[in-house]
Parts: sequence; structure tokens; C-alpha cells
Amino acid sequence: MRLFSIFKDILGNLVKGPVTRDYPFEKREPFPGERGKLVIEEDKCIFCGLCAKKCPSNAIQVSRNPKEWRFEKFRCILCGTCVDGCPKKCLKLLPRLAETEEKQ
Amino acid sequence: MSMLVPFGPQHPVLPEPLQLRLELNDEKVVSAVPVVGYVHRGLEKLAEQKDFVQDTFLIERVCGICSFMHSMAYSMGIEELMNIEVPDRARYLRVIWAELHRMHSHLLALGLLADAFGFENLFYNIWKIREEIMDAMECTTGARVMLGTCCIGGVRKDISPEQAKFVLEKLANFEKMFKRSSEVLMGDYSVKERLAGVGIIDGKKAYEMGAVGPTLRGSGIAKDHRMTGYAAYGELGFEPVVETDGDCYSRTMVRIRELYQSMNLVREALAKLPAGDLKTPFKGNPAGEAAVRVEQPRGEVLYYLRGNGTDKLDRLRIRTPTFANIAPLLTMLVGCNLPDVAVIILSIDPCISCTER
Amino acid sequence: MMQVNETLTLENQLEKIGALQHQGYRFVTMTVVDKGEEFDIFYHFDLEYELHTCKLELKKGDPLPSISGVCFPAVVVENEIQDLFGITVTGLVIDYEKHFILAPDAPAQPFCRVPGVGVTAVARDANGNLTAPAVPQEKEGEK
Repeated sequence: MRLFSIFKDILGNLVKGPVTRDYPFEKREPFPGERGKLVIEEDKCIFCGLCAKKCPSNAIQVSRNPKEWRFEKFRCILCGTCVDGCPKKCLKLLPRLAETEEKQ
Repeated sequence: MSMLVPFGPQHPVLPEPLQLRLELNDEKVVSAVPVVGYVHRGLEKLAEQKDFVQDTFLIERVCGICSFMHSMAYSMGIEELMNIEVPDRARYLRVIWAELHRMHSHLLALGLLADAFGFENLFYNIWKIREEIMDAMECTTGARVMLGTCCIGGVRKDISPEQAKFVLEKLANFEKMFKRSSEVLMGDYSVKERLAGVGIIDGKKAYEMGAVGPTLRGSGIAKDHRMTGYAAYGELGFEPVVETDGDCYSRTMVRIRELYQSMNLVREALAKLPAGDLKTPFKGNPAGEAAVRVEQPRGEVLYYLRGNGTDKLDRLRIRTPTFANIAPLLTMLVGCNLPDVAVIILSIDPCISCTER
Repeated sequence: MMQVNETLTLENQLEKIGALQHQGYRFVTMTVVDKGEEFDIFYHFDLEYELHTCKLELKKGDPLPSISGVCFPAVVVENEIQDLFGITVTGLVIDYEKHFILAPDAPAQPFCRVPGVGVTAVARDANGNLTAPAVPQEKEGEK
């Protein structure tokens, strides 16, 4: 029977300091290839509508006439199917999440 | 004199809303009736309205803990309907991600269990270790929980040699850190006092009640659906983990030992990872019926799919492991003390969002 | 592909399922599929990693005898079926009276193929206004 077997860990934690980061001042770099924010290079886009068709959450709407590509970031689940399916490769997922106050 | 006590849906130890109406005789539980339905979302119905490729991402959101295994089970179902052969590399990658998911799920469950019996320090330590596994997943897939890497016919992402090295590094870290915490979980007097001999269910009863996963294996029955060798499990060295006492302590033991087992499986799969394609392209729509079972952290999940030759499924039915573990839970609760109820519920690792879908 | 090992009728249903229990089969779950005029009800059992499925065809409106007397774990799934498909299950050990998974003000039998009942995915334009339903509704009634 052992009592206080976690004591060693507690002492270790006291000496080593916090494992968490001092967040707003110290940020961890995202891993490469992280799915964060969807961006489009609209001049390359041919408005085929494949991304809108493939999107599982209906976050993208495309119209041919007038040429328009609309995206609702709060519906987006960041799966990346639109990026994979884009024939012109004009969609891209950036590693950082979009800022909340950013205008769509 | 007996009285009725509603336990939950908002209770400090419950991570998700579940209510149990307990009939008490003094401190002893006489009977328990579950009340669910707080997080029912109707995902099965929604899946009938989206096309079957989009469903892969919808199904992943059935559960926030074992998400990859849900999409894997679904993809396996569609692959069975459409006779798609999954490439070797994809099968191994699926095992790697599934086992990483199992590790993070078990760590989460152990942490919550520690929290349930009031061992906050252990809870924080275990969740600190869980971050190592989360990092391994984030590095290889680009997301922490909703990996989104499983697709019909294979996987969407590859693990590069550098990433594999990173995963192995994280696993080594995990092993070092978890060794200390598992010693506390296995040997500490206060933990044993709360878990041993509590919520006993014997093997025969558990089997009759349809228990799955660690609940069944903790009662001495070696049933693990990975033994059927789906994905690449057939080619990896693997034996189900069994404990015989059938109490909360043996269910916890099963989880601890499975963590080490999963770690070895990931290492083995990374070492054996064959070269080749990631995905088999497919054409057409699914038709016919299929029933697929996959072992999740909490037990086996059953997917029933019926396709009708169009791009929308006729019916998708998901029987999640917690759903099967409700009946054994009710059996365990009878005769226990009120303060043990929380520990017993947490010992089956309930996932209510899964249960209600 | 899934195999249907046995076909049940309302008369021999309880007897056959009781026999399976004695042979050491573990209850897995039940599945209901709405086929329009009738329901396909599957009872899934498991023995040594093999799935054993029994099928029962039930006309719409007919009550379904509960198997929870011989096989207690079925009580959870039978209550769910009562809610989602509106099938009346008779002889339940614990009966939630069609409010197991659904709230009192929820739509009745949401999983049936009844036009107008069920989930409708909607599309919104950039300003947040509702546009046409993203998934056509008529399809549901046809099936």
C-alpha cells in the first residue's frame, strides 16, 4: 500500500514551473499544413462551382453570372474538400485561424 | 424508506448531460433509470440528406473524442458496398490515427475519472500528458480532434518521415510521463480505495447485457473487434487486454494497459508503413446493405448502411458503444452507494453525444 | 454485404430471440428502416465476432411486441425506435412513452419518410438571409 505516491510529481511541478504558455504574449507556431483559414485567389477562379458542390456544410456559394464567390466562415468546418477539388488550385488553407473581428 | 434523487443532467463530474433517476434506500441505490435526450441532433437523418461523400465529414462529428474511428467505420461500410480495395499504406495510416485517437480518448477518460473521485492533481497531470498525443495528431493531420483525414477509398493525408519522427518523439515523451501517472493510478491507496470492489459486474452478466469495450474486457471476456483484423490490425501483433475483477478498478486497468498497447501498435505500424498510394479512386454510387463494426475506445460501434444506387443513402444507423453500455451501467448501479455513482458512471467512459447522435 | 440469417414473423419473434439468447448470442442492436408501406426491423446479434441478423417486416401502424422481457438491453433501443419511428412497442420493461430521446415539443416520428417532417438543410446568402433549401424536400416523399 502506498500513500501520497503523486507527491514526487507535485514537487516536480512546483520546481519546473507552469507547462502552459503565457498566451497572448507568447504564441506557439502552428504546425505546417495546419487547416486554419480558407482563402481564395479570385483572379484565378473560373467560378465553376465545384467547391460549393463539394462543401459538406454549404459554406460556399458560387454564381457564374454575376461572377461571385461567397464564403461563410462560421459555417466552414475546415475539412479542405474544396481545396482538394478545385480544378484551378486557387483555394488555399492557411495555418492560422481567422481573427474573429475580421470582416468577411 | 426510499426516495428519488435525480442525478444530473448538470453534475460536476459529468462531462456531458445525462440524467439518472436514482431510487435510494438510505445511501444504497435500489434502482436507476436513465434519462437521455439532451443532445439529440438527428445526425442519422441529416446523413440521408447529404451525399455519401459529404457524409464522411458529417459522421466524423458524431463524437468529439473518437471522431476518426467514426469516419473510418463509415468509409469501410461504403467501401464494402462499392467493392473498393483500400491501398496498403492507407490501411496502416488508418491504424496509426485510430490508435492515436484511442490513446487520447483513454487519457481523457482516466483524467475525468480521477476528477470524479476528487484527485485533481492526477487529473491535471494526465491531461498534460494528453497534450503530447494531441500534438502528434495535430502535426500529422493539421487538426487536433476533427482530423478529417479519412475518406472513402483511403486517406487524404500522408505521414512524412519527419512527421513520423515527431510522432515517435512524442510517444517516447508520453511513455516517460505516463509511467509515473499510471503508477499512481495503479498503486495509490486512495485510488484503490475508491475504485476496487465498486460497481462490480461479472462476465456472464456483462455479456448478457450486451456490454462492449473495456466494460466487457474488465469483466474477463476477451472481446475486441480489432481481432477480426480490419484495416491493418491483422498484420500487427495484438492481443486483447483482459482484467477479471469486473469492478471500476479493472476497467481502469484495461484502459491503462490499452494505452501502452496502442503506443506499441502505433510504433509497429510506423515501422512497417508500406509505400504506395493513399487512395483508390472510385466511381458510381453505393447500393445494397452493409453492417460494419469497428472497435472504438469505448467499445465496438456498428454502422448499418443501406444504399439505393443514388448519391444519397437510404438509411444510416449508428449504434455507438455507450448506447450498448447503458444497460450494464444500470445493473452495476443497483446496490452501490450514492457517492460511488459518479465513479461508476465515469468508469464506463460515457459519451452522451455519441449515444444520442 | 450484410447477411440476413433468419426471417422472423410476429408470432415466432419472441421465441426465436429467446432461443438465440440461450445459444450464447450477445445482443448488439436493432435497426429500423422505413420502406414506405412497411418497416424493416433488424435484430443484430453477435457470436464470436460474427454478426447474426434477424429480419422482421412490420406493417405501418402495427404494434411491435417488445423483446425486452427476454433480452433486457433491447429496452434502450426499443424506446428510441418508439420515438423516432412512431412504432408502438408493447410490453416494454421501462416505457418512456415516446419521450426517451425526444423532448415533449419535438416533431413526432422524425425519422419516417413523411413529407414535410424531418431536417431541412438551408442555405443562406452572405447577408444571412434564407435562400432556397439546399436540399430539395420533394425527394423524401417519393421514396
